[in-house]
Amino acid sequence: MEDIIVRYVTRIILPFVQLYGLYVVLHGHLSPGGGFSGGAIIGASMILYALAFNLSAGSKKLSHDVSSALESGGALLFAGMGIFAILLGTNFLGNKVAGIPIGTPGNLFSSGAIMIITFGVGVKVASTMITLFYSLIEGEDHSHDHD
Amino acid sequence: MSWTRRKGCSAVTEVLKYLLLLFLVVCAIAVAKTRDLLSAVIIFAAYSLIMAILWQLLAAPDIAITEAAIGAGVTTLLLVAAITKTRREE
Repeated sequence: MEDIIVRYVTRIILPFVQLYGLYVVLHGHLSPGGGFSGGAIIGASMILYALAFNLSAGSKKLSHDVSSALESGGALLFAGMGIFAILLGTNFLGNKVAGIPIGTPGNLFSSGAIMIITFGVGVKVASTMITLFYSLIEGEDHSHDHD
Repeated sequence: MSWTRRKGCSAVTEVLKYLLLLFLVVCAIAVAKTRDLLSAVIIFAAYSLIMAILWQLLAAPDIAITEAAIGAGVTTLLLVAAITKTRREE
């Protein structure tokens, strides 16, 4: 797709979309939204970039292999925080009982492990969207069979 | 039902709510009736957008954000990508 309007508008709004996605992820314990919603926004922004520019330009920013690795990394971060609480001597995903410091409620850094867990979920969801898109687009080209 | 008038819910919001619900039904029927798959996907995106506004009016901003990102954004893109791989007519 070689549309100058689409490319120009994409270049303008993309930073704001990604900043908003990051805001939703990092404020997951304070405001509406969280890992899933913010990750979906970030993933949609990267799919928009790959659609407005080329697929090769998109995979230059974030390749298929890197997004697959990030997908596993987000899930591992979630499980790692759970097992970290077990190593501290409490239940899986234990937060305050495990001795993780909890700041004043309402502050950005206030909920102990919840913020890190939400960030892991956000990374997982965002990279899942991108991996899904790459897998669908890069697959075998059957378009000439039906034309 | 939660459709009854509540405190802080003005008459304009009530009218807007029913207009959006009517448009939601029209969109849902149009998706099923349209033979052109690309048009159906675009109408489905409009359906998701109306649904997101309705979630916000029903005081569920969490679901509204998700619906706007998933329903109107990612689903539309994935379905358009699927159409480019296959045929456009039903």
